[in-house]
Amino acid sequence: MIVGEQKPLDEIKGLIGDAENVLVMGCGTCVTVCFAGGAREAATVATSLRMSTKLDGAPKQITEATVQRQCEWEYLEEVSAAVEGADAVVSLGCGVGVQAIAEKFTDAWVVPGLNTSFMGIPVEQGVWEERCAACGECVLGITAGICPIARCSKSLLNGPCGGSEDGHCEVDPETPCAWQLIHDRLNHMDRLEVLMNPQPPKNWKASRDGGPRRIVRDDLRRAAEQEE
Amino acid sequence: MVAEAPTRKEALLSGSNLERVLRAGHFAVTAELGPPQSAEADVIREKAEYLKGTCDAVNITDNQTAIVRMSSIGAGTLVLAAGLEPVIQMTCRDRNRLAIQADLLGAYALGMNNLLCLSGDHQRFGNHPTAKNVYDIDSVQLIQMVAEMRDEKVFQCGDAFDGQEPRFFVGAAAAPFADPVEYRPYRLAKKVAAGADFFQTQLIYDVPAFAGYMEKVRELGLHEKSFILAGVGPLKSPGMARYMVNNVPGLLVPDELIERMTEAGAEWAGKSKDELTPEDKKARAAAWKAEGIQICIELIEQIREIEGVAGVHIMAIEWEEAVRPIVEGANLLPRPTFEEASA
Repeated sequence: MIVGEQKPLDEIKGLIGDAENVLVMGCGTCVTVCFAGGAREAATVATSLRMSTKLDGAPKQITEATVQRQCEWEYLEEVSAAVEGADAVVSLGCGVGVQAIAEKFTDAWVVPGLNTSFMGIPVEQGVWEERCAACGECVLGITAGICPIARCSKSLLNGPCGGSEDGHCEVDPETPCAWQLIHDRLNHMDRLEVLMNPQPPKNWKASRDGGPRRIVRDDLRRAAEQEE
Repeated sequence: MVAEAPTRKEALLSGSNLERVLRAGHFAVTAELGPPQSAEADVIREKAEYLKGTCDAVNITDNQTAIVRMSSIGAGTLVLAAGLEPVIQMTCRDRNRLAIQADLLGAYALGMNNLLCLSGDHQRFGNHPTAKNVYDIDSVQLIQMVAEMRDEKVFQCGDAFDGQEPRFFVGAAAAPFADPVEYRPYRLAKKVAAGADFFQTQLIYDVPAFAGYMEKVRELGLHEKSFILAGVGPLKSPGMARYMVNNVPGLLVPDELIERMTEAGAEWAGKSKDELTPEDKKARAAAWKAEGIQICIELIEQIREIEGVAGVHIMAIEWEEAVRPIVEGANLLPRPTFEEASA
């Protein structure tokens, strides 16, 4: 899932500026599951903004709405009137949600209420960890299902470096060394020979380094044309 | 299990002085020169003066510990002019494959022909922790790239050189005691397979542990395919020894050595900071340093007995003047010279 973290209220207030009618919009998918931007969080943020602007002596008109998925335009249809009636929209979706709103509603002033953090997994109650860097060319098949691009601090393909201690990355003692995990899992699977041959330089073209990415599926496009 | 690497001990690959010393079978000595956090050329010249005649080549660090310093290649030009042979260091943290190759073409054109390939300390530890790191390639891929530039005469992309290719004596780092310890000899093998000609290890203080590592290295035949220089360094104080044990991953300092350092300062022990006069502090520092140098000499003598060790890499960080007494004490002077000038 995409994991996000709410921005501080003061930062959100700064982004809203002098807008009078503000819509706080939650998203019902990833950020709901990570308790950062679902319906419940949208209600909390809306209440906090109402109270805070009132205390400031300049109360604003705060409303709230949550859609199933901010990242698809069709789900935004149902909130068209609310968006168009607002001076500012605080999106509690991920960065994709914010942009989907901006693209759909040309006259809407939309600001992010979250920092989109990473693609990851809840490892225990209240703790999420990054797992995928969306590098566009998956290497998990040669790394025992553990991603060194997302989880090694140096994204090494030929790790480990000399900096881990007791299984932890030198960058942060709370972070497990990805290459220690890879080593141990390959050892467990009796496949350590995978670590013996140098892995060639990665093709970063498939990653963000090749510019913004786009996927075109002709089979699906043709199917859509036929339906029409 | 390991891909068969060509034996790199036969033909002269780079013609560097370090390579000649090693191929001639001498016990090699390299040292380290840390560039300043400024554009002050005299700092390099002064350090080079201390090191001249004490070693076969001198490593010049590349933004060591992620702190911005004069570049390795820039400082290397000054070192060359001072009559010393540099070992350029290159990390994968600050440059992508384009920048690395371009800088190495420049370095070779300026007369540098030893290169140490490193992944680099993470920027989190340095003085620009908000920087973006690169890691387009890693240290193993860097080794492979520069070996192929020399041996296949191609850039990383596969394009052939139009003109002189850079011919570096390719070095790599080895961390014998870093985690996972059982993988370390195989990681050395991987770097040999990638094309490493020589290795400089992390600081060794625990000789029996290092001898155990070397035994495994010999079992894999890696000492026949590359030259292994053991990293050594003089301790400055018992506090420095304890700090390293607690803060540097993969560094073992036996208690016995820490005790020897403590003992060296025994005359001033038990006194608070205010009770010690500046003269006392100076005398204590001198006593510690003398013991640190003596321990380093003994370590070299013990390490030299281990089969497969081709030399030592002396890391006297910000203490370049310690190198001469160490090399002298270990009976490694004078350093060998060769009739013809290196390529």
